Amino acid sequence: MASYSTNQFKGGLKIMIDGDPCTIAENEFVKPGKGQAFNRVKIRNLISGRVVERTFKSGDTVEAADVMDTEMQYLYSDGEMWHFMDQTSFEQIAAGDAAVSEAKQWLKEEDICQITLWNGEPIAVLPPNFVELKVVETDPGLRGDTAQGGTKPARLETGAVVKVPLFIEEGEVLKCDTRSGEYVSRVK
Amino acid sequence: MPGADSGGDWRPVADLDTLRRRADLYADIRAFFAARGLLEVDTPALSAAANTDPHIESLVSRSMPGGPRRYLHSSPEFPMKRLLAAGSGDIWQLCKVFRGAEIGRRHNPEFTLLEWYRLGYDHHRLMDEVAELLAELDDSVAAPPTRLGYAEAVADLAGLDAVTADAAQIRQCIADHRVALPEGLGEDRDAWLDLLMASVVAPRFPGDRYTFLHDYPVSQAALARIVPGQPPVAARFEVFRGPLELANGFWELCDAREQRSRFAAECAARAAAGQRALPADERLLAALESGLPDCAGVALGVDRLLMLLAGRDDIREVLAFPHERA
Repeated sequence: MASYSTNQFKGGLKIMIDGDPCTIAENEFVKPGKGQAFNRVKIRNLISGRVVERTFKSGDTVEAADVMDTEMQYLYSDGEMWHFMDQTSFEQIAAGDAAVSEAKQWLKEEDICQITLWNGEPIAVLPPNFVELKVVETDPGLRGDTAQGGTKPARLETGAVVKVPLFIEEGEVLKCDTRSGEYVSRVK
Repeated sequence: MPGADSGGDWRPVADLDTLRRRADLYADIRAFFAARGLLEVDTPALSAAANTDPHIESLVSRSMPGGPRRYLHSSPEFPMKRLLAAGSGDIWQLCKVFRGAEIGRRHNPEFTLLEWYRLGYDHHRLMDEVAELLAELDDSVAAPPTRLGYAEAVADLAGLDAVTADAAQIRQCIADHRVALPEGLGEDRDAWLDLLMASVVAPRFPGDRYTFLHDYPVSQAALARIVPGQPPVAARFEVFRGPLELANGFWELCDAREQRSRFAAECAARAAAGQRALPADERLLAALESGLPDCAGVALGVDRLLMLLAGRDDIREVLAFPHERA
């Protein structure tokens, strides 16, 4: 079974902690000039998203997590599972609610997502940084008010609700940043 | 990574201003020791003997293909003591030293050490001189250094009796301060004390002045003599600024027999931990047998001092070419 020594620790390394796949967020090497060395590490659990601190005796080894990120196309949801396809092998996988999590409100058919696989099973889904989605519900626009302040909520076709300028109307297509959950611009 | 935006990893990481500060720092150090009449010396970086300390990873080289191993020095201490035993008088040295597997925000596997020895000094008198040097080099500090006994610091800042606490009690104290506990330390009391120092005590040292921590547990004497008392303590000190460890000094152990038994204990600890066996420095032992004058010595990490002077939080920012770009 593959393992890593603390000497190989660095941000992004995938390791197993308490049976869960995790990624190293921060690694700090701590050593008195005379005495035992330690690695104090912040670790993000890839399943729960929680960040915990761990201390390792330097030189110890930790089991590697068989985790890989891969790009797949979102196909559809059957209400219970979200289905994705590898565009080279045409292999399909189904991700459950826990894996899709926050991403589901941005998922639009045919968009390319980043899927994190652990032992071949999807554990996390990352939507594209920018998506173009149609407004399905928002209060009527205020004519003439195209420049000055003020926002209102708008529901998009995938379920996400974003704050938009007052002039945006239903049926318009918006470019949104999925990382911040913010409106970027209108798409002509 | 600092400097990552500067367009290619052939470029230095430290900026020109920091490189100038380093040059100024070297000049100030030279002036300080010249004014005090210490002799600047130069000892080999490649040595037939190694540092047997189980917590120091000596890097290995060879002087010729197929030739015997030579170890890159992790400090110039042993040959400098041979000079002292040969009658050099007070000496100092500024040199590169090497320690494997030490890489991080405050560690680079090759770094610059300032080391000096004073005949007839004990560790308290040498602490005075370190404070004088720091006052000369660093004009940013208004408050005089704090001097704290090791046991006093652990009692005040962690609420633990460092003299009597066993491994389990030290472990519990660390946990009480909400530090994640490592596995694999077992009953290694000194390793638990090291973690307590690094994660609970030192982070509570004041950031606006230097802290001199002295009189270490005898189990952490390293190369310091033991001062009898209730309890006996190691005549060792360390210098910190905030939690940053800067220097380590000893009222030096001069007893050849005691030194030989400490080397043997280190070699046994290495064997027990499955580490590579290393040749202890027989020439140092011979020098001690011939007679090392009563003295105190200290080693100061110059790159870390420069971090303080230049206001940098990462050692890479004070190195022209840190390990990743060397």
